[in-house]
Amino acid sequence: MNFKLKDIVPQLITVLAVVLVFGFFTYNAQINMENRGIDFGYGFLSQESSFDVQFSLIEYDGSHSYFRAYLVGLLNTILVSVIGIIIATILGVIVGIARLSPNYLINKFAAFYVEFFRNIPLLLQIFFWYFAALRALPLPQDAEAMFGVFFLTIKGLYVPAFIWQNFNIFFYSIIAAIIAIIVIRAHAKKVQENQGKQIPVFLISLGLIFILPLLSFLIGGVKLSFEVPVLKQLATTSFIYEGGVSLPPELIALTLSLSLYTATFIAECVRAGIQGVGKGQKEAAASIGLTPNQVLKLVIMPQALRIIIPPTTNQYLNLTKNSSLAAAIAYPDLVLVFAGTALMQTGKAIEIVSITMFTYLTLSISISILMNWYNKKIAIQEK
Amino acid sequence: MSSINFLKPDRTNLNTFLYLGSFLFFISILDVFLNSFFRLNLTGFLPNFLSFLLPLILGFIGLYFIRIEYSGIKNLDLLNKHINTNNFNAVLSLLIIFIIIKSLPPILSWFVIDASFAGDTKDVCTGSGACWTYIKVWMRRFMYGMYPNAEQWRINLSFVALVLLGSVGYFATDKFKKYLTLYYVVIYPLIAFLFIFFFISGGPVFFDFSYGIIAAILSIIIGFFIPSKFKFYYFLIVPLALYVILKYFLFFEEYIELGKLDGLNWVETGAWGGLSLTFIISFFCLIFCFPIGMAFALGRRSEFPLIRYISVGFIEFWRGVPLITVLFMSAVMFPMFLPEDFFIDKLVRAIIAISLFEAAYVAEVIRGGLQALPRGQYEAAKSLGMGYWKMHIFVILPQALKLVIPGIANTFLALVKDTPLIFVVGLLEIVGMLNLAKTNPKWLGFAMEGYVFAAIIFWIICYAMSKYSYNLEQKYKTDR
Repeated sequence: MNFKLKDIVPQLITVLAVVLVFGFFTYNAQINMENRGIDFGYGFLSQESSFDVQFSLIEYDGSHSYFRAYLVGLLNTILVSVIGIIIATILGVIVGIARLSPNYLINKFAAFYVEFFRNIPLLLQIFFWYFAALRALPLPQDAEAMFGVFFLTIKGLYVPAFIWQNFNIFFYSIIAAIIAIIVIRAHAKKVQENQGKQIPVFLISLGLIFILPLLSFLIGGVKLSFEVPVLKQLATTSFIYEGGVSLPPELIALTLSLSLYTATFIAECVRAGIQGVGKGQKEAAASIGLTPNQVLKLVIMPQALRIIIPPTTNQYLNLTKNSSLAAAIAYPDLVLVFAGTALMQTGKAIEIVSITMFTYLTLSISISILMNWYNKKIAIQEK
Repeated sequence: MSSINFLKPDRTNLNTFLYLGSFLFFISILDVFLNSFFRLNLTGFLPNFLSFLLPLILGFIGLYFIRIEYSGIKNLDLLNKHINTNNFNAVLSLLIIFIIIKSLPPILSWFVIDASFAGDTKDVCTGSGACWTYIKVWMRRFMYGMYPNAEQWRINLSFVALVLLGSVGYFATDKFKKYLTLYYVVIYPLIAFLFIFFFISGGPVFFDFSYGIIAAILSIIIGFFIPSKFKFYYFLIVPLALYVILKYFLFFEEYIELGKLDGLNWVETGAWGGLSLTFIISFFCLIFCFPIGMAFALGRRSEFPLIRYISVGFIEFWRGVPLITVLFMSAVMFPMFLPEDFFIDKLVRAIIAISLFEAAYVAEVIRGGLQALPRGQYEAAKSLGMGYWKMHIFVILPQALKLVIPGIANTFLALVKDTPLIFVVGLLEIVGMLNLAKTNPKWLGFAMEGYVFAAIIFWIICYAMSKYSYNLEQKYKTDR
């Protein structure tokens, strides 16, 4: 072993500096907490929270614990992120492809969309939708039904609720369909590699995913009915819709602005990815006799996805983190419920802020680990 | 004369198809145009949904007729190539044209025709359009926040001075530019911070720092005439010496009294706001996050494992959390970590938090540039006997930074767009001021105007920045 002083000294100094800074902070924190009579600990999580949350996916009221409030916030954050990611992906892919269109108008329209929404701060967009655009919607009693069942009002969007009978059978049938599709795909791949024959996997899987759930309706006794929201008068001027599912305007404003904003970035990723595949690849694929569909499916997309996926994952992460802006319009997400209300009530600044940060950290690190694994899987194996 | 096959336009009957097609296309556009601008419905006699779809059908047939390849007419070929390549594209083009025509009148009437510009009170805003009077009345608040009206020249002057200070690089000779790097990374942030912060807030502290600024500017000017051999030592000693001389020997308090320089009232940071605060925060975070990010980028690629782990931890931590929680931390958690009698202004806390946050992103961008350099560059520099710092300053960083201009510009754009988040610590920049003005009982109901106004301002700033970065990228592009 050949230890050199030159190698050790800079590291020691850095570590010492970090330790000193952290030590200084901890020391001060201890003294401050002693002076103010705050004790450090996570015991408050099991105490009764005694505050209400407007919108929650799980059953919750003031008598539940702070931990339950934390879960409510976390689930709301995840809900907004998942809806946002789905819409943003669809929109982003469409706009990204539109930007490559030979049609001048479509191309410019897509470019305009991207330049417009990308250059305005997200918070401003959220405020715009929530305070300006959605406030122009009609009151519940004046709302006209869309397709007879949806009601878009100033108090939110009311959609019919699904009422299932024997839902588990329906659920199992979908799982069975998915398993069958995976098996058939594996089989088709084997057949193609061995015999060169191609099985129409897409059509078969499409059929399976429709037929199996349909069978569950016919044979399995699954029944589905809708509960349509109905206008109900609370007082002379106060109306509300009963029944169905109501989505609060905060959720609508938030998902709308998050997905419109993130879609611009995803569109750029998609465009870069498709442009990144060399022209020669297309020409080579066409010259060995592949049909245009096969060129897209077997040659272009696999290579484009390799370029598209890493930056797109980053955008998903950004969307998830940006969903914390919900606090600005009082959508009860993790930051508002936990780092806002719960912190005000308990005064446990260090514990609560650290739990909140740790949650986001876990979310983003787990997604990025997943994506690194996926990236490695699809990366070109160079020999 | 052979009969014309209407299902298959071709060159032989070019004129017939051209006239027929253009006529149909024109009719469809005219219909939508009259409908949207003059509320005339030419096809009102038809059933409802047919009258709705008719322009689309007519336009589609028209475009189908004029889709003739190699017609020999230049404009027609261009049209076909750009908006009319096949049926699907034709429908999409028509839809987009219709949407534009349909949406123009309401937008125009809201923005200009029905909008009110005159007057100073809410009473003039009776039309259905926008109320720009609201913006006019609140303009000072949107620009300067709660800053006292009589003192606002200080903000203006600081920005002018800042631009002058910053533009040193633009007029400098190539020979001097090497030293400018030092100026931009070390001296300039300090001068700018001290100048802006203490000039805008005013107060007695200002004078102490004004000596420093005078010293720095003087020493830079004299620095032009110093032979390059001694320049390093010159910048090491002279600015400090000048400062000491100015403070203790030349300027006495009486001079200041004589010059009527005194009397700058203290304006606490809580009163700062509006667009100027957006600029102040983005500017400081921009100049602070760059050196910090560079340090951590180098740290992450260091040979020493401990330094590397610390850098990785720092970068991944800040990149993993949303900015709003970081600001929460700076607002409620950070004061707990400081000694009890030690107080940091909330604006400074916010600036520190945002700078650290953005520094992590800058670090990742710069690391990308460092990794993209071929190993030969490192090896060549080492073989010339350069040490770590010499190698990085003269060989690696100049090339790496050139590569990452777009990435850094994107990070800075994100930074500007993140500034409205400082509402968390209770500071109100332009978006915050809008929310405040919106709740003023005298001016209720003008949220839309305010947000549109702010959106236009932010859009112009961000779009200009992205275009500038694109130009910069083209300028520094070197073929490799």
